[in-house]
Order: sequence, then C-alpha cells, then structure tokens
Amino acid sequence: MSILIYADSNNGTLTKNAFEAANYGGQLAKSTGKNAVALVLGSASGLEELGNYGITKVLHFADAGLDSFDPQKISAVVAEAAKSEGADTIIFAHDYTGKSVAPRLSAKLDAGLVSGAIALPNGNTVKKAVFSGKAFAEIEITTATKIISVLPNALDKVVTGGSAEVVSFSCEIPSTGLKVKEVRKESTELSLTEADIVVSAGRGLKGPENWGMIEELAKVLGAATACSRPVADIGWRPHHEHVGQTGLAIRPNLYFAIGISGAIQHLAGVNGSKVIVVINTDAEAPFFKAADYGIVGDAFEVVPKLIEAIKSL
Amino acid sequence: MKILVCISKAPDTTAKITFTENNTKFNENGVQFIVNPYDEWYALVRGLELKEANGGTVTVLNVGKADNDPVIRKALAIGADDAVRIDADTVDALYVAKQIANYAKSEGYDMVLCGKETIDYNGSQVAGMVAELMNAPYVSLASKLDVNGNTATIEREIEGGVEVVEVATPFVLSAAKGMAEARIPNMRGIMAARSKPLNVVAAIDASNSTVVKGFSLPPAKSGCKMIDADNVAELVNLLHNEAKVI
Ligand SMILES: Cc1cc2nc3c(=O)[nH]c(=O)nc-3n(C[C@H](O)[C@H](O)[C@H](O)COP(=O)(O)OP(=O)(O)OC[C@H]3O[C@@H](n4cnc5c(N)ncnc54)[C@H](O)[C@@H]3O)c2cc1C
Repeated sequence: MSILIYADSNNGTLTKNAFEAANYGGQLAKSTGKNAVALVLGSASGLEELGNYGITKVLHFADAGLDSFDPQKISAVVAEAAKSEGADTIIFAHDYTGKSVAPRLSAKLDAGLVSGAIALPNGNTVKKAVFSGKAFAEIEITTATKIISVLPNALDKVVTGGSAEVVSFSCEIPSTGLKVKEVRKESTELSLTEADIVVSAGRGLKGPENWGMIEELAKVLGAATACSRPVADIGWRPHHEHVGQTGLAIRPNLYFAIGISGAIQHLAGVNGSKVIVVINTDAEAPFFKAADYGIVGDAFEVVPKLIEAIKSL
Repeated sequence: MKILVCISKAPDTTAKITFTENNTKFNENGVQFIVNPYDEWYALVRGLELKEANGGTVTVLNVGKADNDPVIRKALAIGADDAVRIDADTVDALYVAKQIANYAKSEGYDMVLCGKETIDYNGSQVAGMVAELMNAPYVSLASKLDVNGNTATIEREIEGGVEVVEVATPFVLSAAKGMAEARIPNMRGIMAARSKPLNVVAAIDASNSTVVKGFSLPPAKSGCKMIDADNVAELVNLLHNEAKVI
C-alpha cells in the first residue's frame, strides 16, 4: 500500500505547500509502514528534495500540458496515479489548488475527504479546525480510500534526509470545457497564506496614507501584510489582504495586530497563529485576550520604534 | 438563464460555540442562524444581478430539514424567485453534493453557484464534488463572473495571482469576495418572500463517507505579556529570545 501526495508547483519549482503535504504524507507513511509517493505535474525541477520529508518515489508527469490550471484534469490524473500506485490515502495541501482538486477527486473515487487537517490521523480519524477556528472536530473517514488536505503550517517539519527516486509518469487526460485565457501574477509580494510572519493593521491607522510604516515593518521582518475587513471594504487596502472569518484564514508563526480591535470575526481567521502581538491604544481592546504579547500605545509612536529595534537586532 | 444557487445554513458569526451530548453535537440553543455569508453575499447576489441583466430565474437550493426554512425565506427575501429544500439530515459534504448534483442534473440549470466554504465546517468541498458528479467544469474561489450566451468568463484566485478562465455552460462555481456587494433585504422583499414557492423534495439514497466523532475547544491562551510602550526593544528581545519567532 502507498500514500500518494499531490505536490504542487508554480513556475517550475515546488511550492512551500508541496513540502507541507510531503511532510504530512511522509510522516503518515512512516507510522503506517506504507510508501510515500509524490505526484508532480508539469515541468519542475528539484523534485529529489521531496526525499527530505520521507518521500521515496516521485511520479513526474512532465509534459502533462497542465501548466494552466484545470481541477477536472488534475483530479483525473491524480486518480490514475493513485490507481497505478495502489494508494489508499491521498494527501493535498489545503491551498487554492487543494481546495479545487480534492473535492472533485473525493466525488470521483467516492472517497471520504477531510479538508484542512491540523494533525496526523489517529487511525482513520483526522482533526481539523471548524467554526472558523473557534473549535476543532475529530472526523472519521469511513471509506476504504481516504483523502486528506493539510492546513499549511499546521505540522512541524520532520526532515528525514532521504532522497527520492524520480520516475516519469503519464496517462490520458480528459478534455474539458474549461479554457484559461489569462494568468495575472500579483507582483512578487509574499503570499499571505505562505508567510511565516504577517503584519496586519486595522481602522486604528486612520487612513491609507499611514500604511508606509506598516509596509516598512513588514519589510524589515520579511513579512506579508494583511488588514481587517473594514479597511479592505473602504478601499484603504486591497481585498486580498482581508483576513478573518469572511476573508483569508492564516496561521503564521507570528501575527502583528496593529490598531485592530479583535472582533470575533477577525480573530476567527488569525487565531491559529503561533504567536500574536497586539498594539492598541485601548487597554480594553478584546484582542489582548487572544494575544501573547501586548503593548498599550499609539501605533504612530510604537511602530517606528519597533522598526528601529528590529533593524538593530 | 436558469441559475441554481446552493445555500447553507450557518450559525451567526458572533455565535458562542459550545457542544452537547458529550461534545458530539453543536449546541444550537440560543444560536441565531443565517444564510452562510459566502452563499448569500456573493453567489446569490451575483446570480440575481445576472438575472436582472439577462432575464431568467434564480432558484435557491438547500439540503436540510424544515428548521432551515426561515433561513431559506431570507434568501427569497433578497430576491430569489423560488426555493427548493431537499429534505434530509446533512450527514457530510459528499452526501449533500450527491443530493444537489442529482437535482441539478434533472432540472437542466445553466450554472450552479455556491459559496467558497461554510463558516461552520470550513470544508470548501461541496461545490467541487457537485461539479465532478455532474461531470461539469468547476471554477473555485471565483471573484468575478460574466456570462455571454453559453459562455462564462470567470476570474479566480490561484496561488499568488488571478486567473481568467472561460467555461461553457453548465458549470459549477464557488464564490469568494469580489463577486458582488451584499444586499440587505427590504420590507417589500420580505413580504414577497412569504408567498414565493418553497418546494420540498425527497432525498435520494446516498451513503456518507465521513462521521464526526467529537468536538473540542481550543485551549485558552495562558495570558498576554504586557510590555511598556516606552520599552519596545523589550518586545523585540522577547520575540527573538523567548518566542524565537524573529
Ligand atoms: C458577518 C460578519 C463577518 C465579518 N468578517 C470579518 C472578517 O473576516 N475580518 C474582519 O477583520 N472583520 C470582520 N467583520 C467585522 C468585525 O466585526 C469588526 O467590525 C472589524 O474586524 C473591526 O475592524 P478594526 O479592528 O480594524 O476596526 P475597529 O473595530 O474600529 O478597531 C480599531 C482599533 O484600533 C485602535 N486604535 C485607534 N487608534 C489607534 C492608534 N493610534 N494606535 C493603535 N491602535 C489604535 C482602537 O482602540 C480599536 O481597537 C465581520 C463582521 C460581520 C458582521
């Protein structure tokens, strides 16, 4: 038996989330005595590196012609690969790709899916966050074939240091009714869901003209920037920075909340962060209850000092 | 244009989350229920805009029991023409998807619009499953939808950017922020909703593939360490040496 891991690539290199999925699949394979096999579609290099996380074999479908994204095609290829490897468990990262492909595959194979897993399975039961991070559920998959998508940054990496054998793979790809017309990459900014550190600011900043110091703080930390919902709604910041229950859910190692009150809907999207720092003028702001470190103070005074202190680290 | 919008019932975003029956059931006591925000704000409203521009009908579909009817009426108040409730206990996403796909196939919709995820299970599952079961194209996390005859042009979020795709009808889409601006139902809509058809249809036999074994709440934070605003360097020191995150 084997475990198949879908390892996504972008512009010819494996994504950070591909390694997250490999890490999960590799650890699961080790504890269940199965083989961890990764599947990579499209031209990509550095595939042996997956061996670092317990992957023993990489199926590489180099000329899949799938450099543009069609979940219908990808799920068909993953199904074929799972069949040829005798995989009873299929792992995705719970990212844009995983969210599109895993459900299709689940319906195709009539295989139970737990999306957004935050821990390795206990037998057939998988833990995930529910109610937008306000609770956890233990969900048992009752079908023979199981699909799990892993929430990024949920599991510590275990580096096994092996090397993976890369073999080529191909199968027939169905034609579909979807055509990609255009791909617009959003500059080179760090992707919010992949960032280890996120600097986020809210209505307390008073206006869009005051985001310079937020961007500078993010820059000295190598962080991505985010914002609260009203800030995106009024147009101070782009919509893709909106985090929370109705925006992006993120789980960075470090989250700075600057001039954000900490409404329950905001917390829902960020409470999976490992460490939370809150800077707010109001000592009673609810965010302090969810924080690890707090400063009661004016962002316009504290943030510039913070930037200086980090620079001199 | 025949548009089907799938709506789910979800606890209000401010609801206190607790569990009963030895932590195996969500405690609905005192909880207010709403139309899942992504379904309402984006999928339903964009469906209505398309209908207003091109003619046609917007039907909302919910899989659930009769206690979902007030939430379904809210979608009618916002402007859907009629509603269908497939009478079933929702066991899991695949079960729900099988119900939706079976109904949608038999009725010949041009498009099936869903929200990108529900705010209770956060699965992001149903729409993709419906697409596969209908053997239709699926565009996930869509932020823009335009339809011209039998062709839809859709913008979707992908890793680090946006992709513009073209699909032929019928297709399935999951809607994310950007698709439309939320609408607030007015008095006339609320009155009209009372007399709009809400048809209850029987569920088909379908198996489930997952079972919820239990719930738990996150451990409380051990407390926030306060640092003086005049001593910002101390925060940096703690993040570097204690938390080891910078
Ligand atoms: C259905 C629903 C869904 C929602 N989803 C989301 C969501 O996904 N994400 C989200 O963020 N919100 C969401 N909200 C909105 C949420 O309820 C709050 O209104 C919002 O998060 C508040 O944003 P804020 O903290 O930036 O602004 P405010 O609540 O106005 O808070 C501003 C904060 O800045 C502080 N401040 C002021 N001046 C300074 C200064 N000079 N220095 C430091 N601090 C200062 C104030 O003390 C205050 O705490 C949702 C609401 C609803 C009803």
